[in-house]
Amino acid sequence: MTEQLQSAIAPAIKAEGLSKSFPGVCAVDALSFDVRAGEIFGLVGPDGAGKTTTLRILAGIMPPDAGKATVAGFDVARDPEGAKHALSYMPQRFGLYEDLTVDENIRFYADLFGVHKAERNARSTQLLEAAGMSEFRKRLAGKLSGGMKQKLGLVCALIHRPKVILLDEPTTGVDPVSRRDFWRILYELIAEGVAILTSTAYLDEAERCHRVALLHQGKLLFCDTPANLKAGLGKGVLSVTSQDPRTLRSLLEDADGISSLVMTGDGLHVVVDDATRRIPEFEARLKSADAHYDAIQQVAPTIEDLFVDAVGGGGPSHA
Amino acid sequence: MPEANNSVVVENLVKRFGDFVAVDRLSIEIRKGEVFGFLGPNGAGKSTTIRMLCGLLRPTSGHALVAGYDVARKPEAVRQNIGYMSQKFSLYNDLKVIENIRLFAGLYSVPAKELQGRIEWVLAMANLKGQENLITGTLPGGWKQRLALGCAVLHKPPIIFLDEPTSGVDPISRRQFWDLIHQMAEEGVTVFVTTHYMEEAEYCNRLALIFRGKMVALGTPSELKRDSMKGELLLVECEPLGGAVEALQSASEVMDAAVFGNALHLVVPDAVAAMPRIEKYLADRSIDVSHIEKIRPTLEDVFVSLTTARDAAEERKP
Repeated sequence: MTEQLQSAIAPAIKAEGLSKSFPGVCAVDALSFDVRAGEIFGLVGPDGAGKTTTLRILAGIMPPDAGKATVAGFDVARDPEGAKHALSYMPQRFGLYEDLTVDENIRFYADLFGVHKAERNARSTQLLEAAGMSEFRKRLAGKLSGGMKQKLGLVCALIHRPKVILLDEPTTGVDPVSRRDFWRILYELIAEGVAILTSTAYLDEAERCHRVALLHQGKLLFCDTPANLKAGLGKGVLSVTSQDPRTLRSLLEDADGISSLVMTGDGLHVVVDDATRRIPEFEARLKSADAHYDAIQQVAPTIEDLFVDAVGGGGPSHA
Repeated sequence: MPEANNSVVVENLVKRFGDFVAVDRLSIEIRKGEVFGFLGPNGAGKSTTIRMLCGLLRPTSGHALVAGYDVARKPEAVRQNIGYMSQKFSLYNDLKVIENIRLFAGLYSVPAKELQGRIEWVLAMANLKGQENLITGTLPGGWKQRLALGCAVLHKPPIIFLDEPTSGVDPISRRQFWDLIHQMAEEGVTVFVTTHYMEEAEYCNRLALIFRGKMVALGTPSELKRDSMKGELLLVECEPLGGAVEALQSASEVMDAAVFGNALHLVVPDAVAAMPRIEKYLADRSIDVSHIEKIRPTLEDVFVSLTTARDAAEERKP
């Protein structure tokens, strides 16, 4: 009873000072955050940031060296079995049976989780429809595209209606169209009150989460909503479009007020202290050099801008 | 060598597997020193195209010249003139840095008298001088990336093919990597990039979007963002979000509505004109709009818009 009561009030996931080291590397370093029911929370960061280790600790698969984690009110170190009943963990390579059909895979996972037939049928119909996979029920899992396999993995992981869902880079290698489908399913799920913790190395995918923890080398850089994070950059971002970005870079890279300058395929992406002040200065500089460019516009900062700003090493970049 | 200014010339390239047309009359010209991005969903025909361009798969019909060589007639000459690097499998993790370089030099038949010079060049380019004896598997992601690139260009190919070269790498290393790529392009190397990763696509001079074997868009990243999107984008912050998506399904001018965290992205024909109407439409349904603005589409928006528009068009066909 007390455990049930706890899970009703406590955040769905609570991580307090989690640390985990492997020989020669501190994978997760004093990490704290919490995830509420009905929320999609993103662990966002490049490879090696500590995303998978964090998810494994929360899934009760790997004990932390220090710190405490609760999932649905269960302490994952002391009561991993309790936690495992309440959560579903989808690792990067989810174990689908390639020589079984879509339906057979779902049935296998339903049996594993002790889901009854009537419930299984209702739930799988709903999930397959949401995934846009209803017409593929008889197809072998091995014959599905990469995006479809990921969606089938998600369907299997959700068959027992877990309260907490842990997803490790579910959209890596998935094309943008399938990625959108995948997110649509996640948004439908939170209406049921589940808590979703998902990781991604695509920094732009952070924008789809309600809140994100930006990780770098095991440490938490920021934790907030994407909108607040971007507003907090406190710098202006300019996009300069030109067919000749190389010339523009050489003309602008030593200008005042630049904290980061990147050459893209058809322009420059520049982070400056004060956009309104710097735009006319840059325009004057380019005009006096008679350089051709299409436009200098202020654009919204990206999560990448924020990451680079926090980690440092911005500066006009040279290899 | 014909077409000295173009390093890749593709004309009406077709590849059929039985009844399935994987690549359907594809034509592209890529200039020397250009960084060219090739985008498309899984199964769109990207890999089939690359395999043909690398001389690994014979086209059913059409022509492709790579570095001046016909891929069907001179596949070996093509293979000697290209470099290939993929994020996933390029290097042997349990070999030392220098051993990987020597191995690739052997594979690409770098002449013995040039070997030392090329090794020095790769170490300098990849900024790995003094790290020759480290085990490759222990290198940070960004270093490995640069080493893989160095190994792919040991034989000085005029064209390199990169497959998602920087996925999962931290943004700072990614920026350094693309600086290197742009430097090589400046020196005349042609770079052909395939990716799903819109952050990588932004680094290309031009992009081609391929869908169901056909090219559906071609242009610079800003041209695609400006001209190829079917409609314009609105960002709407409102409460409740779920109710808003449902209500907007029946709003005639909304072409697409997708949840983005705490906001919605709507595709409409004319963003500025639609703004007051959308606000009223939602207010009439007791949905409170706290913020609405026109936003610039990302390459991903363009990609999704073009491919789903095609999908809808195909479905309407008898």
